[in-house]
Amino acid sequence: MDGHRDPLSARAWRAVTYGVPLAFLAIFFLYPLAAIFERGLLSGGESSALDVVTDPVMRDVVWFTVWQAVASTALTIAVALPATYVLGRFAFPGRSVVRAVVTVPFVLPTVVVALAFLAILPESLERGWVAILVAHAFFNVAVVVRVVGTFWANLDPRVSEAAATLGAAPSRRFLEITIPLLAPALAAAAAIVFLFSFTSFGIVLILGGPQYATLEAEIYNQAVRIFDLRAAAVLSLVQLACVALAVWVTTRLEARLAVRGQLRAERDVLRKPRTLGEKAVVLGSIGALALFLGLPLAVLVERSFAVGEGHGLEAYRALARPTAALLATPWEAVVNSIVYAGAATVIAVIVGGLAAFAVAGSGRGSRGTRLLDGALMLPLGASAVMLGFGFVIAFDRAPIDFRSAPWIVPVVQALVAIPFVVRIVAPTLRAIDERQREAAAMLGASPGRVRREIDLPIVTRALAIAAGFAFAISLGEFGATVFLARPDRPTLPVAIFRFLGRPGELNAAQAYALAVVLMAVTAVSVFLVERIRGRRAGWF
Amino acid sequence: MLHVEGVTVRFNGNAALDGVTLDIGDGEVVTVLGPSGSGKSTLLRVIAGLQHPDSGRVLLDGEDLASVPPHRRGIGLVFQDHALFHHRDVAGNVAFGLRMRGDSKNEVEGRVRELLDLVGLTGFERRSVATLSGGEQQRVALARALAPEPRVLLLDEPLGSLDRRLRDRLLEDLEKLFDELGVTALYVTHDQAEAFALGDRVAVMRAGRVVQTGTPDELWAHPEDEDVARFLGLGNVRDGAIVRPEAVRVAAAADGQPADGVVEAAVRHGPTVRLRVRLASGERLDAAVASLDHPGPGDPVTVTIDPEGIIELQ
Repeated sequence: MDGHRDPLSARAWRAVTYGVPLAFLAIFFLYPLAAIFERGLLSGGESSALDVVTDPVMRDVVWFTVWQAVASTALTIAVALPATYVLGRFAFPGRSVVRAVVTVPFVLPTVVVALAFLAILPESLERGWVAILVAHAFFNVAVVVRVVGTFWANLDPRVSEAAATLGAAPSRRFLEITIPLLAPALAAAAAIVFLFSFTSFGIVLILGGPQYATLEAEIYNQAVRIFDLRAAAVLSLVQLACVALAVWVTTRLEARLAVRGQLRAERDVLRKPRTLGEKAVVLGSIGALALFLGLPLAVLVERSFAVGEGHGLEAYRALARPTAALLATPWEAVVNSIVYAGAATVIAVIVGGLAAFAVAGSGRGSRGTRLLDGALMLPLGASAVMLGFGFVIAFDRAPIDFRSAPWIVPVVQALVAIPFVVRIVAPTLRAIDERQREAAAMLGASPGRVRREIDLPIVTRALAIAAGFAFAISLGEFGATVFLARPDRPTLPVAIFRFLGRPGELNAAQAYALAVVLMAVTAVSVFLVERIRGRRAGWF
Repeated sequence: MLHVEGVTVRFNGNAALDGVTLDIGDGEVVTVLGPSGSGKSTLLRVIAGLQHPDSGRVLLDGEDLASVPPHRRGIGLVFQDHALFHHRDVAGNVAFGLRMRGDSKNEVEGRVRELLDLVGLTGFERRSVATLSGGEQQRVALARALAPEPRVLLLDEPLGSLDRRLRDRLLEDLEKLFDELGVTALYVTHDQAEAFALGDRVAVMRAGRVVQTGTPDELWAHPEDEDVARFLGLGNVRDGAIVRPEAVRVAAAADGQPADGVVEAAVRHGPTVRLRVRLASGERLDAAVASLDHPGPGDPVTVTIDPEGIIELQ
């Protein structure tokens, strides 16, 4: 029995849970960020920071970034609302399958989504703002359906019924009861979609053509194509400021909109569609969403088999052969991707898991906790491209040179995934009844033993789900990886992007084929997550 | 005034309501008494228009409500756990129905104040409903339902979620309120005391059917059958008759005297003690005795029954 002696005292555990994540963030986030600041504001160059900001081209970039994010958010909500309503109000066969399947586009790599719309859109719309908005809606529909749909399914229908008995017609009930009660969820979903659209990179880079660039895409253009690191650094700072502002506004908005109480168990809320009209609404909404989400992916698969006039496996066979597009065979890119993503998952789960213990452990609302919580969310706002760019300018000489350190790719991917890991694990830890720990302690368990016997088993499931998400995110990570992956060790998204940059039907077909492979690997990991998650409600 | 006729509702093939017929006169308060799952709430939902009956109809002042949606029925409903609008303050909740019928801003304000006075929540206008106690929330729900002057007020176990003392107080308030306003109301409860205190008439429901309707006195004197008698807690039901516990006299059997039975349990209910006696036949009989000096569990006793306390069932 080690009931009285524990190798790790409570204080040491605290030091580890705070220390490891903070050290990781300091080295791999704050240091690159500082490098960007230094490059953008201090070190000399042919242009000053002010020149970059006042350049009319840059102003156009900022303007486009903002309006496309707003429009994408509106379009996403509009597209998602019918299915959200159906999932929030009706019980029907296959409901949980719909909920699961709708998540697939969200975890699909942006590169795959972009390719799917290249495949399906008519040539005139293939590149431009329409394609960008539609792709963003495709990508983000899951956020609205799941965040708002879950909330809706827990909204007491009797509140609306009470309004009916007081003389409110259905349209007024929707406007005066349902919408205000859904507001917190709608605001939260809109905020997430806005942020994702604002920092969208892969989709804009591929579908935007030369005309349309968001800040993210422009950072990449300046850094990689034009090689104006000063401009890229300044744009990164502009992006960071915009994201911080957006986060600040939405947090305040959400706090003001928060409504307490009145949530009910899903099974008390959902009911079977009764009338023919209701059945038509259910079928129509889900069918339309299935078409919107399924068709681009189906066409993507079809295009990967297209050879000349007919169909065949030519593009897939070519994956094993060397190509002019890469310094490796495409098949090696598949292997690289899986290895990198696996390593990134390990890092993200360890660092993110420890951080979750720190965030959840020291009582909510304490200053240190809030600080760490916020610090961990920063990489999310800082955006992948900025991280990649920061790594390139920060780690370009010994002791860490990104050119000779292949582990840098998993590290940056883990950095992107960590906020998700914390968001998944911390709520589970917080939900553990303190009395369980107290009961264990009363029965003679030391603090370390309590963690092992009570916290760990409960949190294992959450960690497994987090690992699945981290894997899917790392697998599709493009914005940061495209800066850091060495030409002879490309990942799948990078390889797809390289193929797209080259002319010829076989290159295009190979891009599609690789996208299909990437989609398949991602889908498998998501379905494993869904199986672990089971029927539990909740977004993460 | 309100006429419910042969209403049947089935959920997954099971009848939640099975041919319910009920009449409520103008200004009358009818309570529906039944155990949980007897279909009481479903009945209210059908009348309010929130649940479509599979058959039967609901008439209000002679008008068939089948094609009238809930928001045009003019029927108020107080929900079991209030279903208040948490995104509006107290005044906003009470004002809702008034705004729906198009009252002017001044009218709304005046009426809201009037209603809050009526339920004893003067000055609560700007309070958030989330900060109110259970009893206060209940009053807001009542005021909200009464505000637009519904033709019929339906109440679904409105006191169900409150503790005993609060319930007794609100019960008195409700009695007074119903009297003063002369409202026509249908009040659903599983609590016999509530049903008898509030109802001009009481409808007893069981398994989706109304098994008996009558004034509290009528029910007390002539329960329809053994089940009703048992549910109303009227006493011992044996051989088609009810024996009131007060009419059962129990005395300790003297030494050597043959005992009629043995006391199984003795439980104090306020001023009386309820003795459960197992007779020699194996039958059990409840007796209410006032004495402090009563036989205890295990004591052999003699039992006599006052014929006045025996009610023959039809």
